[in-house]
Amino acid sequence: MKSIRQVLFCVAILCFFFFLNHFLTLYLNPYYLQILIYAGINVILAISLNLVNAQTGQFSMGHAGFMAVGAYASAFFTDRVGPLLHSFFTHVLAFPDFFSSFFIFGFALVIAGCLSAGAGFIVGLPVLRLRGDYLAIATLGFGEIIRVMILNMDVVGGARGFTDIPIYTNVFWLGLCVYGTWMVIGNLIHSTKGRAFLAIREDEVAAECMGIHTTKYKVGAFVIGAFFAGVGGALLAHEVGYLHTNSFTFLRSIEIVVMVVLGGTSLVGSALAAIVLTLLPEVLRFFSEYRMVVYSLVLIFLMLARAKKWKST
Amino acid sequence: MRKFLLVLAVGMGLVMGCGKKSDDVKIGVYASLTGNTATFGESMRKGIELAFEEINAQGGLLGKKVRLIVEDDQSKPEEAKTAVVKLIKRDRVVAVLGEVASSRSLAGAPECQRSSVPMVTPASTNPKVTEIGDYIFRVCFIDPFQGEVMAKFAYQTLGLRRVAVFTDVKNDYSVGLANYFEKTFLELGGKIIGEESYSEGDIEFRAQLTTIKSQKPEAIFIPGYYTEVGLIARQARELGFQGPLLGGDGWDSPKTVEIGGSAVEGCFFSNHYASDDPASVVQDFIRSFKEKYGEVPDAMAVLGYDAARVLADAIHRASSFQGAKIREALAQTKGYEGVSGRVTIDQNRNARKAAVVLKIENGRVKFFKRVEP
Repeated sequence: MKSIRQVLFCVAILCFFFFLNHFLTLYLNPYYLQILIYAGINVILAISLNLVNAQTGQFSMGHAGFMAVGAYASAFFTDRVGPLLHSFFTHVLAFPDFFSSFFIFGFALVIAGCLSAGAGFIVGLPVLRLRGDYLAIATLGFGEIIRVMILNMDVVGGARGFTDIPIYTNVFWLGLCVYGTWMVIGNLIHSTKGRAFLAIREDEVAAECMGIHTTKYKVGAFVIGAFFAGVGGALLAHEVGYLHTNSFTFLRSIEIVVMVVLGGTSLVGSALAAIVLTLLPEVLRFFSEYRMVVYSLVLIFLMLARAKKWKST
Repeated sequence: MRKFLLVLAVGMGLVMGCGKKSDDVKIGVYASLTGNTATFGESMRKGIELAFEEINAQGGLLGKKVRLIVEDDQSKPEEAKTAVVKLIKRDRVVAVLGEVASSRSLAGAPECQRSSVPMVTPASTNPKVTEIGDYIFRVCFIDPFQGEVMAKFAYQTLGLRRVAVFTDVKNDYSVGLANYFEKTFLELGGKIIGEESYSEGDIEFRAQLTTIKSQKPEAIFIPGYYTEVGLIARQARELGFQGPLLGGDGWDSPKTVEIGGSAVEGCFFSNHYASDDPASVVQDFIRSFKEKYGEVPDAMAVLGYDAARVLADAIHRASSFQGAKIREALAQTKGYEGVSGRVTIDQNRNARKAAVVLKIENGRVKFFKRVEP
């Protein structure tokens, strides 16, 4: 009985995002749709970094590196393997086009997530021995290493960038990914294991004395965070249709850190901050060349307002 | 905090709701006004603004004043896409000008193509940009073209017959230039004797240069960047090579002379434009640019100006603001007298136009000759 209800629920979610996508592409100006999609991607990135930075207290600044892994891996998959799979699906299995691209992009997202998670594991294992500032610098360094490695890979375009990526990202996929990220990380931090993350943040030594395997949990948080960063990167790649490593510099990582810091420890806060900080530069286009100045001012003001609230509660 | 969010929301509504209706015709520009290549974007914007100021002073386009909408993309490809979507879908511009960097043009151009809005890029040299579709044009020459220009210049003007080529193998800009140089030079009847290569970052070139010298070439073509060119020139002179060295716009930096010193004296390289070109179009442009901004325009400002002028010319000839008609007219652009040369758009929507060849004399870079394609 329970499993039937779960299946029905999944179908309902799929239908909901499917119709939402149809409705929005028909009635919303593509410019606003574009901003909405960027906001959604940033929500995924902010929530996934929230798990590492805010919940587990490990200050990571390498999120853009994991995004890059996911973006390039998925783009490589849809661009090189995608056409083969497409002809297999449509000719051998006689799938309609819609299902074919559904499966290809679905695979691409999973591959992106898994490869990023793998990168997160490799990076996390040695780096998470460090604490505080040292950890921040080390993750920043690793993020840059990933970026420069991709820059020197000719199969993904190297310095000229990766062109002709099919545009698959839409509100349907975005909705599913945001929902999925929210559910996984949201449920995780409220579970027993989630308490372990909190315990590590509050006092690592005490947590270890309580029998928590701190390395395991720290690397775990890092890997899960990297997984969703990869998914976010994949969505971005298939939205812009073009990738260049300049989109994944440490400045990008800092943007995500700012969202998490502004949003506070809660997931809702991070998500809201991500949305506000995506909308803000667009709203401020009004100021033309002073846009980024005003943006920075608003950011300072928001941080001050945040700090005050922090004190009062 | 809540009050602030409220103010933000209201402000947002106001800003987004104020789509003024007017009789102006809107042209969109996306440029890197902030971020790491902000100087390029700024220069391009200045060139474009000057062009439309002049056009408006002469009565505008088809009797309508032009309103430029300039959007910043923070030097990021994904922001470039947002800027283009905004220009096309919200502001409903009739045409788009931009970007300087190929990486941003590649992100923005597909959107123009999909919406059938013509886009003219001033300075993206990657051949892939115009391959995106038939609505995408450029007013600069692409990398292979410079190879042809230098081959013609070497053969016809300098009267050289035996030339060696020294290429940076890890750089497709350099390889492209070298290939087209060799092809054209051979077709003209010259001889390529000796092809050697190096990689970016090398500092020792004597082995290759000795091999080249033993073949006794009259000149060496070095399509690399200024970082290595100076060192190569010094070492070539040390080995006793006396002939001229030739290069492309990768040489365009004060560093070439700084590092090369007396070794690069009497060498030639191709570029988009020269500020001491005596042609009246060039000098008039420089004068009005100096009047407005108080500085000498660089190549980006010149190309921005030309892109705007070519677009305006096409709209005049199309006598319509419809994307398809402007596209047709742009594709038929022939011999438009621009600051950076006479622009003709070929069937691949790239500009066929003259390059300038510059000569290094007494430690200064001087205009030498215009080479027509």
